[in-house]
Amino acid sequence: MRKFLRAAGAWLDDRLGISDTIMPLARHLVPPGAKWSYVFGSAALFCLILQVVTGVALTLLYQPTSSEAYQSLQFITHQAVFGRTLRAIHYFGASGMVLLVGVHMLRVYITASYKFPREMSWVSGVFLLFLTLAMAFTGQLLRWDSNGVWSAVVAAEQVGRIPVVGTLAARLLLGGDTIGGQSLSRFYSYHTLLFPAILFGLVGLHLYLVLRNGVSEPAEAGRPVDPKTYRQWYQDMLKKVGVPFWPNAAWRDIVFSAAVILVIVALAVGYGPPELTQPPSPARIHANPAPDWYLLPIFALFALMPARIESYVIFIGPVLTVLGLLALPFISNAGERSPLRRPWAVFGAGCVVVFMGSLLLLGEQAPWSPKFDAKPLTANSVHSADPAVLRGAMLFSKKGCLYCHLIDGHGGHRGPELTAVARRLTPGELRIRIVNGGGNMPAYGGVISEQELAYIIAFLNTRK
Amino acid sequence: MNSPDLPADKAPQPAVDAADQQAADHELSAPRREFLVKLSLGLSGVAALAVGVPVASAVLAPLLQPDPQTWRKVGTLTDFAVGSTHLVKFENADPVAWSGVSSESAAWLRRDSDTAFTAFSVNCAHLGCPVRWEQDAGLFMCPCHGGIYYKDGSVAAGPPPQGLTQYRIRVAANHDVELLTAPVPITNITPT
Ligand code: FES
Repeated sequence: MRKFLRAAGAWLDDRLGISDTIMPLARHLVPPGAKWSYVFGSAALFCLILQVVTGVALTLLYQPTSSEAYQSLQFITHQAVFGRTLRAIHYFGASGMVLLVGVHMLRVYITASYKFPREMSWVSGVFLLFLTLAMAFTGQLLRWDSNGVWSAVVAAEQVGRIPVVGTLAARLLLGGDTIGGQSLSRFYSYHTLLFPAILFGLVGLHLYLVLRNGVSEPAEAGRPVDPKTYRQWYQDMLKKVGVPFWPNAAWRDIVFSAAVILVIVALAVGYGPPELTQPPSPARIHANPAPDWYLLPIFALFALMPARIESYVIFIGPVLTVLGLLALPFISNAGERSPLRRPWAVFGAGCVVVFMGSLLLLGEQAPWSPKFDAKPLTANSVHSADPAVLRGAMLFSKKGCLYCHLIDGHGGHRGPELTAVARRLTPGELRIRIVNGGGNMPAYGGVISEQELAYIIAFLNTRK
Repeated sequence: MNSPDLPADKAPQPAVDAADQQAADHELSAPRREFLVKLSLGLSGVAALAVGVPVASAVLAPLLQPDPQTWRKVGTLTDFAVGSTHLVKFENADPVAWSGVSSESAAWLRRDSDTAFTAFSVNCAHLGCPVRWEQDAGLFMCPCHGGIYYKDGSVAAGPPPQGLTQYRIRVAANHDVELLTAPVPITNITPT
């Protein structure tokens, strides 16, 4: 028996080329000293595998038609065995993948690993980044509730800003003039077939390039890349001090990736998947569509941008970003790689992180959104017995002022806080502002009566 | 790779002759080779095109068959008091059977007088979020980025670059109020 197994093993080894082809690949020499900073790319790859596995499992339960998707999501979340956890793992896995792809890219940028001869690794990586975001976004749409439906509309409006072909592009995205059965079918196809196919091709290329050009050696100050001598130097270095990829370098990748996946599962069990909102009807207007956290910074950016330039930036911004990223390894192709010698690059990367982080925080708070559920001011919070003032306070809520203005901790954040407005503005000035509006404030002149205006001013005049 | 093999010219002569002979047997004449290259590329091209037409049609389907528009009943005259504003729900022009509730749309319908109606798209002209009519304030407000419109649909404040789109409304002989369906309004930066 043992003899037979050994023979079968030898036969397979010969026909499949395990010791001839695969093992040399696994044990190919890599530069020594590649420490924990090298693990993010492979962790992103493991997240992708996690997403494929959990995604396939979800397709067993999910109904990709507009009329049934919502119910099947309810089923997955509340009835299917471990369905809730499965959905949650897929959600946190997506988060993890976006995060790790981002961190991997930052690491590559900070250590300038994109320089000669690894330009194409960077270029394919840029495409992988955007494909990851496209997967993240279409995945969010497959959560086909009212938030999903309205997010699709918002996306269509954004592609509508493409010059000349905007409307066509928006139609193509929605699958027609309006949201409908065809919209979800298309998003489902993109998310489960088209994008993954491209993703696998690009990941294959990305990995092949690592074998072709070798893993970049840890950067060292004072050892610039010279395209003329680099390849020779790299080969010599490998011969002298290279270590086999497996297991000397790969153990860290695997340990870190396994830890990442365990964290994702723990988060999934602990927090569960994002709640479903109302059914996917575009006639349900009490929706406030916001993307999942990974796209919130972009969402916040558009909310904060001056309205005059925004329509152009929605189109030009992404185009310039992609072109800039693609151009990077060709603009700076040789020279120092060490972050110690490239302080501006490190500073720039830091700025991007801080910028994105702040946008994310702002996006969570969404101070630009009117607070429709602001509680009306009560006699208590008004501190006054004057009937005119009380009427003014009541009108302040009724006319929507409170949605955007904060008074004593009540109300929205869109406009300036008015808790002590009478210290800043005289009744005359208040009147001008309310009647004429300006910027983000509507001109209430044509909306409220003279009498109502007088009450509101009387109320505001007590706020000091 | 530097192989330790002998250069070809130092290899034993007879072997080379035999190999040459064999290679010559299999070699194609230049015109024939050219023809076969063209044939394989050309035929693959035709095959790709034959498959590509239906595939591209599926991809571009939304652009190839513009959706029709149709009048939909949203109520009767007695449902709407003069001066009031209502959210009306209707079915899109040409829903597929598996649309479910996602083929519904809504509009803000106001009865201006006995015979005149105005209907606004619920889609904000900024990024398409659903605007709400605030009856007491007499304004449309958008939850997404605080876009605000006056009751005539013109921009009152915030980021929207243009006013709310309107639907066409007609009152049929039997007093049905009908709305002409329309695409989701897409704001462009270039005039169309
Ligand atoms: S979508 Fe209405 S203000 Fe942005």
